[in-house]
Amino acid sequence: MSEVKYSKEHEWIKLEGEIATIGITKHATEMLGDIVFAELPEKGSNVEKDGTAGVVESTKAASDVYTPVSGEVVDLNQSIVDDPSKINQDPENSAWFFKLKIKDKSEMDTLMNKDEYDIFAKESSA
Amino acid sequence: MDTKKTSLYQLHQDSKAKFVEFAGYQMPIQYAEGIVEEHRYTRNHSGIFDVSHMGQLFIYGQEDLVDDLERIFPLDLKNLKLNHSKYSFLMSDNAGIYDDLIITKIKDGFLIILNAACKENDYKILKELLNDKYKMILDEERSLIAIQGPKSVEILESVIQGVENLNFMSGNWFTLDDHNIYVTRSGYTGEDGFEVSLTNEFADRFTRRLIDKGAKLIGLGARDTLRLEAGLCLYGHELSKDKTPVEANLKWAISKERILKGNFIGSDIITKQLNHGVNKIRVGIKPEGRIIAREKTKIYSESNSEIGEITSGTFGPSVNGPVAMGYVENKFSKKDTKIFLEVRGKKHPATICGLPFYKKSYVKGVN
Repeated sequence: MSEVKYSKEHEWIKLEGEIATIGITKHATEMLGDIVFAELPEKGSNVEKDGTAGVVESTKAASDVYTPVSGEVVDLNQSIVDDPSKINQDPENSAWFFKLKIKDKSEMDTLMNKDEYDIFAKESSA
Repeated sequence: MDTKKTSLYQLHQDSKAKFVEFAGYQMPIQYAEGIVEEHRYTRNHSGIFDVSHMGQLFIYGQEDLVDDLERIFPLDLKNLKLNHSKYSFLMSDNAGIYDDLIITKIKDGFLIILNAACKENDYKILKELLNDKYKMILDEERSLIAIQGPKSVEILESVIQGVENLNFMSGNWFTLDDHNIYVTRSGYTGEDGFEVSLTNEFADRFTRRLIDKGAKLIGLGARDTLRLEAGLCLYGHELSKDKTPVEANLKWAISKERILKGNFIGSDIITKQLNHGVNKIRVGIKPEGRIIAREKTKIYSESNSEIGEITSGTFGPSVNGPVAMGYVENKFSKKDTKIFLEVRGKKHPATICGLPFYKKSYVKGVN
Protein backbone atom coordinates (compact mmCIF):
# COMPACT_ATOMS: atom_id res chain seq x y z
CA MET A 1 0.00 0.00 0.00
CA SER A 2 1.31 3.41 -0.90
CA GLU A 3 1.02 6.60 1.09
CA VAL A 4 0.95 10.14 -0.41
CA LYS A 5 1.97 13.13 1.70
CA TYR A 6 2.55 16.81 1.03
CA SER A 7 5.08 19.44 2.13
CA LYS A 8 4.71 23.14 2.90
CA GLU A 9 6.97 23.80 -0.10
CA HIS A 10 4.27 22.23 -2.31
CA GLU A 11 5.94 18.90 -3.07
CA TRP A 12 4.09 15.60 -3.03
CA ILE A 13 5.74 12.35 -1.96
CA LYS A 14 4.51 8.84 -2.55
CA LEU A 15 6.14 6.08 -0.52
CA GLU A 16 6.21 2.47 -1.76
CA GLY A 17 8.36 0.24 0.45
CA GLU A 18 11.52 2.25 0.99
CA ILE A 19 11.33 4.07 -2.37
CA ALA A 20 9.73 7.53 -2.40
CA THR A 21 8.61 9.28 -5.61
CA ILE A 22 8.64 13.07 -5.38
CA GLY A 23 7.10 15.80 -7.53
CA ILE A 24 5.46 19.22 -7.23
CA THR A 25 1.74 19.70 -6.64
CA LYS A 26 -0.88 20.93 -9.09
CA HIS A 27 -1.32 23.96 -6.84
CA ALA A 28 2.42 24.72 -7.22
CA THR A 29 2.20 24.56 -11.01
CA GLU A 30 -0.79 26.91 -10.97
CA MET A 31 1.18 29.43 -8.93
CA LEU A 32 4.28 29.11 -11.13
CA GLY A 33 2.54 29.36 -14.49
CA ASP A 34 4.06 27.84 -17.63
CA ILE A 35 7.10 25.79 -16.64
CA VAL A 36 9.86 26.05 -19.24
CA PHE A 37 12.89 24.58 -17.47
CA ALA A 38 13.52 21.80 -14.96
CA GLU A 39 16.75 20.69 -13.29
CA LEU A 40 17.01 17.52 -11.20
CA PRO A 41 19.50 16.35 -8.55
CA GLU A 42 22.31 13.97 -9.57
CA LYS A 43 21.57 10.29 -9.56
CA GLY A 44 23.46 8.63 -6.71
CA SER A 45 23.67 11.84 -4.69
CA ASN A 46 22.33 12.13 -1.14
CA VAL A 47 19.77 14.80 -0.35
CA GLU A 48 18.74 16.05 3.09
CA LYS A 49 15.18 16.75 4.23
CA ASP A 50 14.14 20.33 3.31
CA GLY A 51 17.30 20.81 1.22
CA THR A 52 17.21 21.89 -2.44
CA ALA A 53 16.93 19.04 -4.90
CA GLY A 54 16.22 20.72 -8.21
CA VAL A 55 14.94 23.86 -9.90
CA VAL A 56 11.90 24.75 -11.95
CA GLU A 57 11.60 27.92 -13.97
CA SER A 58 8.57 29.59 -15.46
CA THR A 59 8.76 32.36 -18.05
CA LYS A 60 8.74 34.72 -15.05
CA ALA A 61 11.15 33.32 -12.45
CA ALA A 62 13.17 30.42 -11.05
CA SER A 63 12.09 28.43 -7.97
CA ASP A 64 13.94 25.80 -6.00
CA VAL A 65 12.49 22.33 -5.54
CA TYR A 66 13.01 20.91 -2.06
CA THR A 67 13.01 17.31 -0.92
CA PRO A 68 10.51 16.61 1.87
CA VAL A 69 12.60 13.67 3.18
CA SER A 70 16.26 12.57 3.20
CA GLY A 71 17.66 9.82 1.02
CA GLU A 72 19.71 8.69 -1.95
CA VAL A 73 18.57 9.69 -5.45
CA VAL A 74 17.97 6.41 -7.27
CA ASP A 75 15.99 7.52 -10.34
CA LEU A 76 15.26 10.67 -12.35
CA ASN A 77 12.43 11.59 -14.72
CA GLN A 78 14.40 12.76 -17.77
CA SER A 79 11.17 13.37 -19.74
CA ILE A 80 10.33 16.49 -17.70
CA VAL A 81 13.81 17.90 -18.39
CA ASP A 82 13.33 17.31 -22.12
CA ASP A 83 9.80 18.74 -22.12
CA PRO A 84 9.10 20.80 -18.97
CA SER A 85 5.54 21.61 -20.13
CA LYS A 86 4.66 18.05 -19.02
CA ILE A 87 4.90 19.32 -15.43
CA ASN A 88 1.94 21.65 -16.04
CA GLN A 89 -0.01 18.90 -17.78
CA ASP A 90 0.27 16.06 -15.26
CA PRO A 91 2.13 17.26 -12.15
CA GLU A 92 0.94 14.70 -9.62
CA ASN A 93 1.37 11.63 -11.77
CA SER A 94 3.58 11.10 -14.86
CA ALA A 95 5.57 14.32 -14.30
CA TRP A 96 7.28 13.14 -11.10
CA PHE A 97 10.78 14.59 -10.52
CA PHE A 98 12.98 12.00 -8.77
CA LYS A 99 12.91 8.83 -6.64
CA LEU A 100 14.69 8.42 -3.34
CA LYS A 101 15.74 5.44 -1.30
CA ILE A 102 14.68 6.98 1.99
CA LYS A 103 16.82 7.05 5.14
CA ASP A 104 14.29 7.59 7.88
CA LYS A 105 10.66 6.63 7.42
CA SER A 106 9.62 8.71 10.45
CA GLU A 107 10.32 11.88 8.43
CA MET A 108 7.08 11.12 6.59
CA ASP A 109 5.16 11.82 9.82
CA THR A 110 6.10 15.51 9.73
CA LEU A 111 4.26 15.98 6.39
CA MET A 112 0.62 16.79 5.63
CA ASN A 113 -2.03 14.43 4.32
CA LYS A 114 -4.23 15.36 1.36
CA ASP A 115 -6.94 17.13 3.36
CA GLU A 116 -4.43 19.08 5.43
CA TYR A 117 -2.54 20.12 2.32
CA ASP A 118 -5.66 21.26 0.46
CA ILE A 119 -6.51 23.60 3.35
CA PHE A 120 -2.88 24.78 3.58
CA ALA A 121 -2.75 25.46 -0.18
CA LYS A 122 -6.02 27.36 -0.10
CA GLU A 123 -4.88 29.53 2.82
CA SER A 124 -1.40 30.18 1.41
CA SER A 125 -2.85 31.44 -1.88
CA ALA A 126 -5.53 33.61 -0.23
CA MET B 1 1.04 56.47 -2.50
CA ASP B 2 -1.91 54.40 -3.66
CA THR B 3 -1.42 52.27 -6.71
CA LYS B 4 -3.22 53.64 -9.75
CA LYS B 5 -5.63 51.72 -11.92
CA THR B 6 -6.10 52.08 -15.66
CA SER B 7 -9.51 52.48 -17.29
CA LEU B 8 -9.41 48.80 -18.24
CA TYR B 9 -9.05 47.58 -14.64
CA GLN B 10 -12.61 46.22 -14.51
CA LEU B 11 -12.12 44.46 -17.85
CA HIS B 12 -8.87 42.91 -16.60
CA GLN B 13 -10.68 41.66 -13.51
CA ASP B 14 -13.53 40.28 -15.60
CA SER B 15 -10.90 38.50 -17.71
CA LYS B 16 -9.35 36.80 -14.64
CA ALA B 17 -6.10 38.77 -14.70
CA LYS B 18 -3.35 38.18 -12.18
CA PHE B 19 -2.18 41.62 -11.17
CA VAL B 20 1.25 42.98 -10.37
CA GLU B 21 2.31 46.44 -9.30
CA PHE B 22 4.28 48.07 -12.08
CA ALA B 23 5.51 51.68 -11.99
CA GLY B 24 2.81 52.55 -9.44
CA TYR B 25 -0.02 50.91 -11.41
CA GLN B 26 -1.99 47.72 -10.85
CA MET B 27 -1.27 45.97 -14.15
CA PRO B 28 -2.19 42.50 -15.49
CA ILE B 29 0.85 40.21 -15.62
CA GLN B 30 -1.19 37.42 -17.22
CA TYR B 31 -4.73 36.14 -17.71
CA ALA B 32 -6.22 32.66 -17.27
CA GLU B 33 -4.51 31.02 -20.25
CA GLY B 34 -0.99 31.94 -19.19
CA ILE B 35 2.05 33.64 -20.67
CA VAL B 36 3.05 31.03 -23.26
CA GLU B 37 -0.45 30.80 -24.75
CA GLU B 38 -0.84 34.60 -24.73
CA HIS B 39 2.52 34.95 -26.46
CA ARG B 40 1.54 32.44 -29.17
CA TYR B 41 -1.86 34.06 -29.67
CA THR B 42 -0.17 37.39 -30.35
CA ARG B 43 2.27 35.83 -32.85
CA ASN B 44 -0.46 33.86 -34.66
CA HIS B 45 -3.57 35.98 -34.24
CA SER B 46 -4.06 39.26 -32.37
CA GLY B 47 -3.25 40.42 -28.85
CA ILE B 48 -4.50 43.49 -26.98
CA PHE B 49 -2.15 45.20 -24.51
CA ASP B 50 -3.23 47.81 -21.99
CA VAL B 51 -0.32 50.25 -22.03
CA SER B 52 -2.31 53.10 -20.49
CA HIS B 53 0.30 53.41 -17.74
CA MET B 54 2.72 54.83 -20.31
CA GLY B 55 2.98 58.60 -20.57
CA GLN B 56 1.29 60.51 -23.40
CA LEU B 57 3.00 63.87 -23.46
CA PHE B 58 1.59 66.50 -25.81
CA ILE B 59 3.83 69.51 -26.47
CA TYR B 60 2.34 72.35 -28.49
CA GLY B 61 4.37 74.82 -30.56
CA GLN B 62 5.61 75.68 -34.05
CA GLU B 63 9.10 76.29 -35.58
CA ASP B 64 10.64 77.39 -32.27
CA LEU B 65 9.58 74.13 -30.69
CA VAL B 66 11.18 72.11 -33.50
CA ASP B 67 14.47 73.98 -32.99
CA ASP B 68 14.33 73.53 -29.22
CA LEU B 69 13.51 69.82 -29.44
CA GLU B 70 16.40 69.29 -31.87
CA ARG B 71 18.70 70.52 -29.11
CA ILE B 72 17.32 67.68 -26.95
CA PHE B 73 16.72 64.72 -29.28
CA PRO B 74 19.24 63.33 -31.83
CA LEU B 75 16.62 63.50 -34.58
CA ASP B 76 16.07 65.40 -37.81
CA LEU B 77 12.75 66.80 -36.60
CA LYS B 78 12.66 69.56 -39.25
CA ASN B 79 12.11 66.88 -41.87
CA LEU B 80 9.77 64.72 -39.82
CA LYS B 81 6.51 64.71 -41.74
CA LEU B 82 3.12 65.29 -40.15
CA ASN B 83 1.87 62.12 -38.41
CA HIS B 84 5.21 60.33 -38.72
CA SER B 85 6.98 58.80 -35.71
CA LYS B 86 10.58 58.21 -34.65
CA TYR B 87 12.15 56.15 -31.86
CA SER B 88 14.50 58.23 -29.72
CA PHE B 89 15.94 58.92 -26.24
CA LEU B 90 15.99 61.57 -23.60
CA MET B 91 19.64 61.82 -22.57
CA SER B 92 21.82 63.45 -19.93
CA ASP B 93 24.85 65.60 -20.83
CA ASN B 94 26.90 62.38 -20.66
CA ALA B 95 24.52 60.72 -23.16
CA GLY B 96 23.15 58.46 -20.40
CA ILE B 97 19.59 57.41 -21.20
CA TYR B 98 16.84 58.90 -18.98
CA ASP B 99 14.19 57.23 -21.11
CA ASP B 100 13.53 55.76 -24.53
CA LEU B 101 10.46 57.07 -26.33
CA ILE B 102 8.45 57.43 -29.53
CA ILE B 103 7.97 60.98 -30.81
CA THR B 104 5.28 61.76 -33.38
CA LYS B 105 4.74 65.03 -35.28
CA ILE B 106 1.12 66.09 -34.82
CA LYS B 107 -0.71 69.11 -36.18
CA ASP B 108 0.11 71.64 -33.47
CA GLY B 109 3.25 70.09 -32.04
CA PHE B 110 4.49 66.68 -30.93
CA LEU B 111 3.17 63.66 -29.08
CA ILE B 112 5.79 61.75 -27.07
CA ILE B 113 5.10 58.29 -25.63
CA LEU B 114 7.13 57.73 -22.45
CA ASN B 115 7.80 54.80 -20.15
CA ALA B 116 5.48 54.65 -17.13
CA ALA B 117 8.28 54.59 -14.56
CA CYS B 118 10.04 57.57 -16.18
CA LYS B 119 7.20 59.82 -17.30
CA GLU B 120 7.02 62.20 -14.33
CA ASN B 121 10.77 62.73 -14.31
CA ASP B 122 10.85 63.12 -18.12
CA TYR B 123 8.17 65.79 -17.85
CA LYS B 124 10.23 67.75 -15.31
CA ILE B 125 13.42 67.45 -17.34
CA LEU B 126 11.73 68.52 -20.57
CA LYS B 127 9.88 71.41 -18.94
CA GLU B 128 13.18 72.72 -17.62
CA LEU B 129 15.07 72.16 -20.88
CA LEU B 130 12.32 73.98 -22.78
CA ASN B 131 12.32 76.82 -20.20
CA ASP B 132 8.58 76.43 -19.71
CA LYS B 133 8.07 78.11 -23.10
CA TYR B 134 5.45 75.71 -24.46
CA LYS B 135 2.15 74.23 -23.40
CA MET B 136 2.92 70.68 -22.18
CA ILE B 137 0.29 68.16 -21.13
CA LEU B 138 1.15 64.78 -19.64
CA ASP B 139 -2.34 63.55 -20.45
CA GLU B 140 -3.88 61.34 -17.74
CA GLU B 141 -7.29 61.61 -19.43
CA ARG B 142 -6.30 59.32 -22.28
CA SER B 143 -5.72 55.56 -22.35
CA LEU B 144 -3.32 53.74 -24.66
CA ILE B 145 -4.23 50.36 -26.11
CA ALA B 146 -1.88 48.35 -28.35
CA ILE B 147 -3.16 45.68 -30.73
CA GLN B 148 -0.44 43.43 -32.11
CA GLY B 149 -0.17 40.39 -34.34
CA PRO B 150 -1.04 39.31 -37.90
CA LYS B 151 -4.83 39.59 -37.58
CA SER B 152 -4.73 43.00 -35.90
CA VAL B 153 -5.04 45.04 -39.10
CA GLU B 154 -8.22 43.19 -40.10
CA ILE B 155 -9.70 43.42 -36.59
CA LEU B 156 -8.91 47.11 -36.05
CA GLU B 157 -10.04 48.02 -39.59
CA SER B 158 -13.43 46.46 -38.86
CA VAL B 159 -13.79 48.84 -35.89
CA ILE B 160 -12.01 51.97 -37.20
CA GLN B 161 -12.20 52.23 -41.00
CA GLY B 162 -9.04 53.52 -42.67
CA VAL B 163 -6.36 52.29 -40.27
CA GLU B 164 -5.22 49.69 -42.81
CA ASN B 165 -3.81 52.52 -44.95
CA LEU B 166 -1.35 53.63 -42.26
CA ASN B 167 2.31 52.81 -42.94
CA PHE B 168 4.70 51.55 -40.27
CA MET B 169 5.69 54.35 -37.84
CA SER B 170 2.97 56.74 -38.98
CA GLY B 171 -0.40 57.68 -37.58
CA ASN B 172 -3.56 59.75 -37.89
CA TRP B 173 -6.69 60.97 -36.11
CA PHE B 174 -9.87 58.95 -36.55
CA THR B 175 -13.39 59.43 -35.22
CA LEU B 176 -15.43 56.64 -33.68
CA ASP B 177 -18.78 57.26 -31.94
CA ASP B 178 -17.86 60.97 -31.68
CA HIS B 179 -14.58 60.12 -29.91
CA ASN B 180 -11.27 61.43 -31.26
CA ILE B 181 -8.81 58.58 -31.53
CA TYR B 182 -5.16 58.81 -32.51
CA VAL B 183 -3.86 55.60 -34.10
CA THR B 184 -0.25 54.83 -35.02
CA ARG B 185 1.03 51.73 -36.79
CA SER B 186 3.67 50.66 -34.29
CA GLY B 187 4.25 48.44 -31.32
CA TYR B 188 6.80 46.55 -29.32
CA THR B 189 6.33 42.87 -30.07
CA GLY B 190 8.03 42.35 -33.45
CA GLU B 191 4.57 42.01 -35.02
CA ASP B 192 2.54 44.26 -37.27
CA GLY B 193 0.16 46.27 -35.12
CA PHE B 194 -1.20 49.56 -33.83
CA GLU B 195 -1.22 51.76 -30.77
CA VAL B 196 -4.51 53.52 -30.09
CA SER B 197 -4.79 56.65 -27.93
CA LEU B 198 -8.35 57.40 -26.80
CA THR B 199 -10.27 58.95 -23.92
CA ASN B 200 -10.43 56.99 -20.66
CA GLU B 201 -14.23 56.87 -20.71
CA PHE B 202 -14.27 55.17 -24.13
CA ALA B 203 -11.35 52.73 -23.50
CA ASP B 204 -13.36 49.89 -21.93
CA ARG B 205 -16.11 49.88 -24.56
CA PHE B 206 -13.58 50.12 -27.41
CA THR B 207 -11.45 47.24 -26.07
CA ARG B 208 -14.49 44.99 -25.58
CA ARG B 209 -15.28 45.57 -29.26
CA LEU B 210 -11.81 44.34 -30.25
CA ILE B 211 -12.35 41.26 -28.08
CA ASP B 212 -15.70 40.62 -29.80
CA LYS B 213 -13.82 40.62 -33.12
CA GLY B 214 -11.44 37.90 -31.91
CA ALA B 215 -8.51 39.70 -30.28
CA LYS B 216 -7.47 38.61 -26.77
CA LEU B 217 -6.07 40.50 -23.79
CA ILE B 218 -2.36 39.87 -23.22
CA GLY B 219 -0.50 40.62 -19.98
CA LEU B 220 2.87 42.18 -19.22
CA GLY B 221 4.44 38.72 -18.91
CA ALA B 222 3.92 37.89 -22.58
CA ARG B 223 4.72 41.48 -23.54
CA ASP B 224 8.17 40.83 -22.07
CA THR B 225 8.76 37.50 -23.86
CA LEU B 226 7.52 39.03 -27.15
CA ARG B 227 9.75 42.12 -26.97
CA LEU B 228 12.76 40.05 -25.93
CA GLU B 229 12.34 37.66 -28.87
CA ALA B 230 12.07 40.76 -31.07
CA GLY B 231 15.41 42.01 -29.64
CA LEU B 232 13.83 45.20 -28.26
CA CYS B 233 15.21 47.03 -25.22
CA LEU B 234 13.29 47.52 -21.98
CA TYR B 235 14.04 50.57 -19.86
CA GLY B 236 15.47 49.63 -16.47
CA HIS B 237 16.99 46.49 -17.96
CA GLU B 238 18.89 47.12 -21.21
CA LEU B 239 18.63 50.89 -20.85
CA SER B 240 19.51 53.16 -17.93
CA LYS B 241 21.23 56.42 -16.99
CA ASP B 242 24.54 54.51 -17.08
CA LYS B 243 24.16 53.41 -20.71
CA THR B 244 24.42 55.46 -23.89
CA PRO B 245 22.52 54.76 -27.14
CA VAL B 246 25.83 53.70 -28.77
CA GLU B 247 26.54 51.21 -25.98
CA ALA B 248 22.94 50.00 -26.26
CA ASN B 249 23.62 49.27 -29.95
CA LEU B 250 20.88 51.72 -30.97
CA LYS B 251 22.96 54.03 -33.15
CA TRP B 252 20.52 53.36 -36.02
CA ALA B 253 18.07 55.59 -34.14
CA ILE B 254 20.43 58.58 -34.18
CA SER B 255 20.10 60.83 -37.24
CA LYS B 256 23.33 60.81 -39.33
CA GLU B 257 22.65 64.40 -40.31
CA ARG B 258 22.47 65.42 -36.67
CA ILE B 259 25.70 63.61 -35.77
CA LEU B 260 27.56 65.68 -38.39
CA LYS B 261 26.19 68.92 -36.95
CA GLY B 262 26.18 67.90 -33.27
CA ASN B 263 24.59 70.42 -30.94
CA PHE B 264 22.20 68.15 -29.07
CA ILE B 265 22.43 67.06 -25.45
CA GLY B 266 25.01 64.28 -25.20
CA SER B 267 26.32 64.83 -28.75
CA ASP B 268 29.98 65.12 -27.68
CA ILE B 269 29.98 61.69 -26.02
CA ILE B 270 27.93 60.13 -28.83
CA THR B 271 30.34 61.44 -31.48
CA LYS B 272 33.35 60.28 -29.48
CA GLN B 273 31.88 56.79 -29.02
CA LEU B 274 30.93 56.52 -32.69
CA ASN B 275 34.49 57.44 -33.73
CA HIS B 276 36.46 55.52 -31.10
CA GLY B 277 34.15 52.69 -30.11
CA VAL B 278 32.76 51.69 -26.71
CA ASN B 279 34.03 49.39 -23.95
CA LYS B 280 30.81 47.44 -23.56
CA ILE B 281 27.99 46.88 -26.00
CA ARG B 282 24.54 45.27 -25.98
CA VAL B 283 24.32 41.88 -27.73
CA GLY B 284 21.89 39.01 -28.22
CA ILE B 285 22.81 35.80 -26.35
CA LYS B 286 21.61 32.29 -27.10
CA PRO B 287 22.24 29.82 -24.25
CA GLU B 288 22.84 26.19 -25.29
CA GLY B 289 20.22 23.68 -24.23
CA ARG B 290 17.38 24.94 -22.05
CA ILE B 291 19.20 26.87 -19.33
CA ILE B 292 17.66 30.28 -18.63
CA ALA B 293 20.05 33.10 -17.74
CA ARG B 294 18.16 35.84 -15.89
CA GLU B 295 19.03 39.49 -15.38
CA LYS B 296 22.37 40.00 -13.50
CA THR B 297 23.78 36.63 -14.63
CA LYS B 298 27.54 37.04 -15.07
CA ILE B 299 29.09 36.42 -18.48
CA TYR B 300 32.55 34.84 -18.91
CA SER B 301 34.90 34.44 -21.87
CA GLU B 302 36.29 31.06 -22.99
CA SER B 303 39.42 31.90 -21.00
CA ASN B 304 37.23 32.37 -17.89
CA SER B 305 37.50 36.15 -17.44
CA GLU B 306 34.35 38.07 -16.54
CA ILE B 307 33.27 40.07 -19.59
CA GLY B 308 29.74 41.27 -18.84
CA GLU B 309 26.25 40.75 -17.48
CA ILE B 310 22.82 39.67 -18.69
CA THR B 311 20.14 42.40 -18.68
CA SER B 312 17.08 40.28 -19.68
CA GLY B 313 16.68 36.56 -20.07
CA THR B 314 13.73 34.22 -20.38
CA PHE B 315 12.27 31.36 -22.37
CA GLY B 316 11.12 32.42 -25.83
CA PRO B 317 7.96 30.48 -26.74
CA SER B 318 8.27 31.15 -30.51
CA VAL B 319 11.99 30.40 -30.57
CA ASN B 320 11.19 27.40 -28.35
CA GLY B 321 14.28 27.93 -26.26
CA PRO B 322 16.01 30.35 -23.93
CA VAL B 323 16.90 33.85 -25.15
CA ALA B 324 18.81 36.69 -23.49
CA MET B 325 20.36 40.09 -24.00
CA GLY B 326 23.24 41.62 -22.13
CA TYR B 327 26.34 43.78 -22.26
CA VAL B 328 29.77 42.32 -23.04
CA GLU B 329 33.21 43.83 -23.64
CA ASN B 330 33.37 45.01 -27.22
CA LYS B 331 36.02 42.49 -28.32
CA PHE B 332 33.69 39.62 -27.35
CA SER B 333 30.64 41.08 -29.10
CA LYS B 334 31.11 39.46 -32.53
CA LYS B 335 28.40 37.10 -33.68
CA ASP B 336 29.13 33.40 -32.94
CA THR B 337 31.61 34.19 -30.12
CA LYS B 338 31.48 31.42 -27.52
CA ILE B 339 30.80 32.61 -23.97
CA PHE B 340 29.78 31.12 -20.61
CA LEU B 341 26.92 32.10 -18.31
CA GLU B 342 27.14 31.47 -14.57
CA VAL B 343 23.77 30.13 -13.40
CA ARG B 344 23.43 28.74 -9.85
CA GLY B 345 27.21 28.41 -9.50
CA LYS B 346 27.78 26.48 -12.75
CA LYS B 347 29.06 27.86 -16.05
CA HIS B 348 26.90 27.07 -19.05
CA PRO B 349 27.94 27.53 -22.69
CA ALA B 350 26.21 30.16 -24.86
CA THR B 351 26.80 32.07 -28.09
CA ILE B 352 26.65 35.74 -29.07
CA CYS B 353 23.99 36.04 -31.75
CA GLY B 354 22.36 38.61 -33.99
CA LEU B 355 19.06 40.26 -33.05
CA PRO B 356 16.15 39.77 -33.29
CA PHE B 357 15.74 36.14 -32.20
CA TYR B 358 12.42 36.07 -34.00
CA LYS B 359 11.68 37.93 -37.22
CA LYS B 360 8.45 37.95 -39.13
CA SER B 361 8.12 38.92 -42.75
CA TYR B 362 5.91 41.99 -42.54
CA VAL B 363 2.95 42.52 -44.84
CA LYS B 364 3.57 44.54 -47.99
CA GLY B 365 3.79 48.27 -47.52
CA VAL B 366 4.75 47.92 -43.89
CA ASN B 367 8.34 48.40 -42.74
